[in-house]
Amino acid sequence: MRFVDEFRDPELALVLGTEITALCDPGQHYKIMEVCGGHTHTIYRYGVQDHLPDNIELVHGPGCPVCVIPMGRVDDGVAIAERDDVILTCFGDMMRIPGGNGSFLDANAAGADIRMVYSPLDALRIARQNPDRQVVFYAIGFETTAPSTALTVLRAKQEGIPNFSVFCNHVTIIPAIKAILDSPDLRLDAFLGPGHVSTVIGCRPYDFIARQHGKPLVCAGFEPLDLLQSVYLIMKQLKEGRAEVENQYGRVVDWDGNPRALAVMNDVFSLRPYFEWRGLGSISHSALQLSSRYADFDAELRFAVPGVRVADPKACQCGEVLKGVLKPWECKVFGTACTPETPIGTCMVSSEGACAAYYNYGQYAKQRIHLEV
Amino acid sequence: MSRQITEDEVGQRIEKMRRRRPRFVDDRVTMSHGAGGKASRALVEGLILPLLDNETLDQLGDAAVLQLGGVRMAFTTDAFVVRPVTFPGGCIGELAVNGTVNDLAVSGARPAAISAALILEEGLAAEELRGQVSAMADAAERAGVAVTAGDTKVVERGRCDSMYIVTTGIGLIEHDLVLTPSQVRPGDKVLVSGTIGDHGVAILLARGELDIDADVRSDTQPLWLLVEAMINACGPALRCMRDATRGGVATVLNEIALAADVGVIISEDQVPMLPEVIGAGEILGIDPLFVANEGKLVAFVAPDAADAALAAMRSHPAGARASIIGEVREEPPGRVLSKTTFGGHRMIDMLVGDPLPRIC
Repeated sequence: MRFVDEFRDPELALVLGTEITALCDPGQHYKIMEVCGGHTHTIYRYGVQDHLPDNIELVHGPGCPVCVIPMGRVDDGVAIAERDDVILTCFGDMMRIPGGNGSFLDANAAGADIRMVYSPLDALRIARQNPDRQVVFYAIGFETTAPSTALTVLRAKQEGIPNFSVFCNHVTIIPAIKAILDSPDLRLDAFLGPGHVSTVIGCRPYDFIARQHGKPLVCAGFEPLDLLQSVYLIMKQLKEGRAEVENQYGRVVDWDGNPRALAVMNDVFSLRPYFEWRGLGSISHSALQLSSRYADFDAELRFAVPGVRVADPKACQCGEVLKGVLKPWECKVFGTACTPETPIGTCMVSSEGACAAYYNYGQYAKQRIHLEV
Repeated sequence: MSRQITEDEVGQRIEKMRRRRPRFVDDRVTMSHGAGGKASRALVEGLILPLLDNETLDQLGDAAVLQLGGVRMAFTTDAFVVRPVTFPGGCIGELAVNGTVNDLAVSGARPAAISAALILEEGLAAEELRGQVSAMADAAERAGVAVTAGDTKVVERGRCDSMYIVTTGIGLIEHDLVLTPSQVRPGDKVLVSGTIGDHGVAILLARGELDIDADVRSDTQPLWLLVEAMINACGPALRCMRDATRGGVATVLNEIALAADVGVIISEDQVPMLPEVIGAGEILGIDPLFVANEGKLVAFVAPDAADAALAAMRSHPAGARASIIGEVREEPPGRVLSKTTFGGHRMIDMLVGDPLPRIC
């Protein structure tokens, strides 16, 4: 398929793989974190690791939006959805995320009306079609999805749709990266920067990673060759002793981001003083809520929600996995008590979650099985 | 502190868990249980099989193979609840006939007779019903079978979605081939009969919830004549076939790999797919290997007969785009691996729950 196959060329991949290997010091082990869950998915979906030498390890970071949703927030969503007059809408990935009291799928089986949508605008359409019901959009995601939620709120206000509201769980990427960099047991050499988030926020916010922490970051696209090229750029920086922010995804990411998207977000959202992240704990100024101008559309104000903090299950080591301290398989419950069918931690739910990706695709990655058929 | 276990040990632990008969642990049935992946397997093998326990059912083939009065026959049933009831390339009436015909066909049986039970929603337009039953008649004629028994029920408005259809079929097995996963062995080639994912994507787009326009039509079609040509071309070299419906080709490959305790390796660039299906999959994040088909089969054939099987398939319209997509290995037992188009490889496991409910 045009404009896709060009970025998946196996011949070019071999060339890049050879050049990356040439940049490696064979006696050293390199740990590179891909922050974004979309990258994790690409790595496993295409077998990107097969083109890298054994001493480059890709560590899966915290950028899977559903993986960082704490259980209490799922329970809040269920509590809203249990009201007879409510239709709760959310992205499909959210349906199976376990709360303290079951998932949205379980809530549906018990009688709630939770519907999957592909865009917040679909939720607004459902609100128009059901004027006698309250339609709530359960918003999740980083700066990638936040602008579309913001635009939907703006449109709801313009059209005066009174039965629409947003339960906002949007989070911001920089505080999460800071939390990882401040973790005492961290041992990462560099970062693959989240391409989609960067289309909105640009590359400047990552400066501190290079300047203060001395780690290279390369903003990477989502095709497998994008990732290989980005790893190449990182290895080149490491080899030359540089630590800079570079933009591999220049065909989409502007250095200054998308000013219109940022302006809309600034208008519709305000920073929460703190927000709890699954596995990472409470992080200050790391999440968005509807600003006071749009409080009418804030589901947290419209409905009484329990707002109870539910502790992560004790056995679950999602936090260590999200920080790259543990590999998925090193978690105590990985593959036994915690599987994609019966996930304990969120990393096991979404296909972008580090554990689910490893469980589904990764187990034989080391064996280099001869695959000519 | 206990000894740190190795990655290999974790892999073995997962294998052990995977082979255990799944348990049904949920309090209620959720939509995941209907999607054809692991949750469906837990429903069938964890809740239903232990209660209806018998040797024939335990085989979990597309149809049961029975020996009655000296005659070998295949016997199957299938329920159809697709929404919308009419979609590009087909409708629920046509699907209900073809689905049962194909379950018989891949079991090696010539379809002999079909029954149909219609569950109709109060208020259903007579014209709609007439159209669906006509489609059943046309599909039956095309498949060389008649609907010879039936039942109707009407339920209150809102108790079903326009109409549901349950069909049951019997077919005659006129050869002595044994077509079961136990026949599959290392070295066998894996074939698919044409482009995959067409039906599931057509249904998804037909729901009109996505604002994606693409000309993708359901592949619903009868497969018996294709199967007959393959039996004639291969004889006992034909090991096993499956109808790649709910859960798609990936689920079929996993079922066979587990049942035959073999590894299956496929090469993604050999898997036939329409560009529209690839494109929709890219946009929606859906892998066509897991998307339902309603007129495609997966066949396991001994290596020396693979070319003959391929030629026989391609000579039939239902197999015009057939392809050899991979082969069976000893290692890793119970697992499906794929060589990606990027030159890497990945594991292909069963889905937990499908994002596309009620596609058939």
